[in-house]
Amino acid sequence: MYLTYIRRELRRRSKQAIVVAVGLAIGIGLVMTVSATSTGVENAQLQVLHSLYGVGTDMTVTKTASAGSGGPQHFSGFGGNAESAPAAGTQISRNTLRPTPGSATLPAADVSKVASLSGAAAATGGLVLTDTSFSGTISSATSGAGTGATRSTGAGSSFDISSFSVDGVQISKSGVGPLDAAEVAKGSYFSSSDNTAMVAIVSSSYAGQQSLSVGSTVTVAGDSLSVIGIARMPSGSADVYIPLGTAQSLAGLSGDVTTIYVSATSAANVSSLAAEVQRTVPGATVSTSAQLASEVTGSLSSATSLATRLGKWLSIAALAVAFVIAGLLMMAAVSRRVREFGTLKAIGWRTRRIVAQVMGEGLALGLVGGVAGIVLGLAGSEIVSLLAPSLSATVGSSFATGGGDFGAFGGGGSAGATSSSPAGGGLARAFDSARTVLVHLSAPVQSQTILVAVCLAVAGGLVAGALGSWRASRLRPAAALRRIE
Amino acid sequence: MYELTGIRKYFHRGAETVWALDGVDLDIADGEFLAIQGPTGQGKSTLLVLLGGLDRPTEGRIVFDGRDLGRLAELQLAELRAADFGFVFQSFNLIPTLTAQENVETALVPFHLSPDERRRRAHQALVDLGLEDRVGHLPSELSGGQQQRVAIARALVKDPKVLLADEPTGNLDEDTRDEIVGALEGLWRNRGLTLVLVTHDSWVARRAERIAVIKGGRVNYGDASWPSTGREPDPELVA
Ligand SMILES: Nc1ncnc2c1ncn2[C@@H]1O[C@H](COP(=O)(O)OP(=O)(O)OP(=O)(O)O)[C@@H](O)[C@H]1O
Ligand SMILES: [Mg+2]
Repeated sequence: MYLTYIRRELRRRSKQAIVVAVGLAIGIGLVMTVSATSTGVENAQLQVLHSLYGVGTDMTVTKTASAGSGGPQHFSGFGGNAESAPAAGTQISRNTLRPTPGSATLPAADVSKVASLSGAAAATGGLVLTDTSFSGTISSATSGAGTGATRSTGAGSSFDISSFSVDGVQISKSGVGPLDAAEVAKGSYFSSSDNTAMVAIVSSSYAGQQSLSVGSTVTVAGDSLSVIGIARMPSGSADVYIPLGTAQSLAGLSGDVTTIYVSATSAANVSSLAAEVQRTVPGATVSTSAQLASEVTGSLSSATSLATRLGKWLSIAALAVAFVIAGLLMMAAVSRRVREFGTLKAIGWRTRRIVAQVMGEGLALGLVGGVAGIVLGLAGSEIVSLLAPSLSATVGSSFATGGGDFGAFGGGGSAGATSSSPAGGGLARAFDSARTVLVHLSAPVQSQTILVAVCLAVAGGLVAGALGSWRASRLRPAAALRRIE
Repeated sequence: MYELTGIRKYFHRGAETVWALDGVDLDIADGEFLAIQGPTGQGKSTLLVLLGGLDRPTEGRIVFDGRDLGRLAELQLAELRAADFGFVFQSFNLIPTLTAQENVETALVPFHLSPDERRRRAHQALVDLGLEDRVGHLPSELSGGQQQRVAIARALVKDPKVLLADEPTGNLDEDTRDEIVGALEGLWRNRGLTLVLVTHDSWVARRAERIAVIKGGRVNYGDASWPSTGREPDPELVA
């Protein structure tokens, strides 16, 4: 009887029911789309952080090279003969593996010091390196004249410069660090005995570019490493991952790391842990993922503020309007049914029963609107995913690499860099002082979003029902005798 | 069954106070068929509303079966309305979205019967009023007379002590009027109901055992002073 009556009333007043339901649906659909979009933006940010940090990492510890005294910033390949210019026609081919310019190293012992801090769940060390190779011929036209800078751009000189990023990773099961075993899609992760083995895992995008597969070899610092795995990494991640020990010996940095990756025991103590780490490793730069997130610039951060500010207010406003309209329409509907409810009171229905009827009608409208709203929301987030362009996120190099000052590299922090490196300018361009990561924005609808939508629908129905039944509860049974309806 | 003493009822219409009833004294016996007659706007419906416990008098006592309706709590009034009073309205007041059967069932909702029992009783009430082939129809698919019979079935399905009818034939043509009045009279006779019927129509009023004429908010004729042999109201009082 109860449900029959509700169903019949909604069908009879279907036009009005549709208006209420559509209103609620639009409100709920908007909330869902906006929340899915902000989830997508959050995911994109996580992806950016991950590309810089690795999964499960709450903070990194790096050290900035002080200008002019930083790590070796010239091509060590030239080493001793840097002062004497090569003769015309000399074939040059060099391959170097260096920490990202501007960053200094930390002793590996700091890793265990950090790991033993009470708030730290795990800590691993890593070497963030760049492998640069160039080859070319010094042309006779420019040989022996001018500075390195003019030579490098002079007509007739032809250099091939290529570089790729190499992360030396501590083999561990903790998952802290730039590469997680779970990300290895083909082949396998390093085994625990691989610490100094000549093996590498390459990112799938680098593997695609270089046509590498499991079993191929990749040349790092002039040595051949065999590829044992391909990892699906977010854009902006390193190209090649090698065991830390291997990296240390190839880069000539035994006992050193450039980065310590730390995970905290709980998200709540990240900032206190950061302070502790700072005390433990004086002079180091401790950056937490929250800080990093706030440093992200570019279209991703615009999308974030759009989704969180405008989107939130827009959907709250739409929802509020939908609720108010639903409530007012419900009240108007009850007013038009004064005689009907008066009659029911006259034949003995209690006010409570009539309130239940109106609430039931409101709730049913809310559910219909909710279902339609969920469909709208799913469609909306699908459309956002389809139409959304890739977003770029740029993170200042101070966080990505621990404070690289490229002025020092290009502009002569060390004498060797300008005078002996024929490709100084080119190299400065080859690196990018800030890391830009491209992420595709998708708007995934999470199950909790659907739950929220259902709750909103119920709330909308209750608001409409409550306003309607407030009106109904004040009816007098004598209204049954009213002549004009 | 009913004892009304010094009943007054006023309404506010803007700044003005309208005395719809202005000192009504009236007794209604158990099982009586009373017609209430009178010119329009003189308080007939207001009196019926008070008899049915749909509203309370401003002044005076209205005692039903020993209970003062003016002093009962709303919940107790709702119980009385559900169990003891059956109401029939001029414009039928059926729920437009419910079928004849479901409309009759609404009167049983306060009793929390099993759905089967509720359906069975509602169906029986419709059969009693000759509507067995209209059970599944919506009010809009029924004639006026049929709608009023559904409304009477709804009023009687719960076996009330009193049936209160406010111009039940006011919206019907003459033939249908005769049919409905005949049905009401038959039910009154067979079930031992108390029937109070408000009407403009002298022909309808004449079928009653007694006629109370309301004018200016007072019952001018009726109760004991009315001769039991004749049911004619004073023609002057019936405008
Ligand atoms: N709810 C109300 N608010 C204001 N005035 C009312 C209300 N109900 C009735 N009245 C007034 O009280 C007086 C008596 O009304 P009532 O409906 O009882 O008359 P009636 O005899 O039934 O008339 P009719 O024959 O037209 O049905 C009228 O003047 C009417 O306007
Ligand atoms: Mg009336």
